[in-house]
Amino acid sequence: MARRHVEEGVFKVLMAGAALILAASLALILGTILFKGLPALNVAMLISAPKGGYYLGKDGGILNAILGSLAIGFGSTALALALSLPLVLYLNIYLKKRSRLALAVRFFLDVLWGIPSIVYGAFGFTVMMAVGMRASLLAGTLTLSLVILPIMARSMDEVLKMVPFGLKETSAAMGATRFETAFKVVVKQAYPGLLAAVLTAFGRGIGDAAAVLFTASYTDFLPYSLFKPVATLPLAIFFQLATPFPEVQERGYASALVLTALILAISLTARWFGRRFTRHVIR
Amino acid sequence: MDVRKLRDSLARRSMFTLSVAVLSLSFLMALGLYQRSRPVLDRISLRELLFSTLWQPAQGHFGLGAFIAGTLWVTAIAMAIAIPLSLLTAIYLSEYAHRRTRDLAKPVVDLLAGISPVVYGVWGVVAVVPLVRDHLMPFFSARFPFFPFRSDNFTGYCALSGGIVLALMISPIIISVTDEVLRTVPQAIREASLSVGATRWQTVKHAVLRKARIGITAAVILGLSRAFGETMAVLMVCGCAMRVTPHSVFDAAYPLPALIANTYGEMMSIPLYDAAVLMAALVLFAVTTLFNMAGWGILLRFESGDM
Repeated sequence: MARRHVEEGVFKVLMAGAALILAASLALILGTILFKGLPALNVAMLISAPKGGYYLGKDGGILNAILGSLAIGFGSTALALALSLPLVLYLNIYLKKRSRLALAVRFFLDVLWGIPSIVYGAFGFTVMMAVGMRASLLAGTLTLSLVILPIMARSMDEVLKMVPFGLKETSAAMGATRFETAFKVVVKQAYPGLLAAVLTAFGRGIGDAAAVLFTASYTDFLPYSLFKPVATLPLAIFFQLATPFPEVQERGYASALVLTALILAISLTARWFGRRFTRHVIR
Repeated sequence: MDVRKLRDSLARRSMFTLSVAVLSLSFLMALGLYQRSRPVLDRISLRELLFSTLWQPAQGHFGLGAFIAGTLWVTAIAMAIAIPLSLLTAIYLSEYAHRRTRDLAKPVVDLLAGISPVVYGVWGVVAVVPLVRDHLMPFFSARFPFFPFRSDNFTGYCALSGGIVLALMISPIIISVTDEVLRTVPQAIREASLSVGATRWQTVKHAVLRKARIGITAAVILGLSRAFGETMAVLMVCGCAMRVTPHSVFDAAYPLPALIANTYGEMMSIPLYDAAVLMAALVLFAVTTLFNMAGWGILLRFESGDM
């Protein structure tokens, strides 16, 4: 057999092996979380806040973190949506295809997307110090919205790029302003994809810990005020795992299972939305 | 002027403002972090801050050297694992795999990218750390008792564990960017190569990869910058409690992002401490911004066909 055929075979095996290792790792991660988390998971844990001595192994649960994560996730997703939807509509409908501004904004969205969330956290912290704000639900929400803004805007941009040009032309030919084209025609056409982008960003938001560490801090209370610290699931996992007590660590595994299940559910819903809710879509 | 036109022009103006705000966000971040790290930058030379390994906040010593070294070790290990793994996977998916496999692979890659960093950390603690402690470390330190493998840290919480976890976390971005780059390589190039009798791998090696080389470099740069800034997972598995400069893959490492995350509670208690920590964030910001600009800049030119 010629050497080149041997080389072909060797690389084929290597490539399939690499793909297999990655797929197996994902399965391994999900499996580990499931097997470690499931035995420790119970309903009481999901519906109660930590009581005294929770981190020493006493009674309580992670409801504070679940509600906190949802609050901070919803808040920051709504904020990021309010900013990124107009932004990407502007890029795609108001600006010309070869616009330098559009090019620059897209480039900076890419760059912002790559900045680690701990840096956003530190930046949020400097702003908080400047305006005399304390770590709170509000500060965490604002910071997290900056973290997920580029994630949401970039995937929305991809969705809007797929909207056929003819549709925009048709809308303009009917006498619509660009505002009407953007919000009444294009948004409807791209609705499923936009929704999927929002959900993806939401999932990323509730999974993030580094940005809220400085800005939302942590508390054992349920979220009750915009101006008070709030707990989040990732940090709950982190703190529970950091204790030396096995029973608390096991609750950490259970919390990790809750978070992973939540994110999986969101990402599956996003996928499902991508295919459904196409009533207004013109094909 | 009628209401519709007014609304249109109002919207245009506010959207323009919005895009300018997005453009200025990175500058604002740089400015904010710089402003807050000024006190320590004014007091201590940049050289000492970046290269000294003496970190004693209470005595006013703020050398980030050990943390930067920790970041470099962990990132290097992660890249050494992630580059071959993700490039081979991406080439497989784009050049060899059946359409159905590709369709199946995309959600898997997305999922890998969507899992919370803390969950990666949990996995690292319960799976990777024991693996390193019970198998890799005894194996390597018995057979290769010299530089990158000799260590007296037997806990398993070490640079290698962090590198393994990080490698998995950054492979989704390397895979998806590489896949996109490979897809821009014209099909005609492959056909030409195959028609003169080249095998598939020869086609990939001599035609496709040559064309895509620059784009793949960008993918690797983007992965690198991800690894640089990843915080929570690294904080959980690298053994950050031990503040040492690593000299081995089995030594504990204390990367820069972990330092920032770990000191948030205490940094307001000592003068200059907060400035030094925010200065670390500024370093992280500068490095990741630079890498991202390079990576995306290359991809922009690559896509427009200049390279």
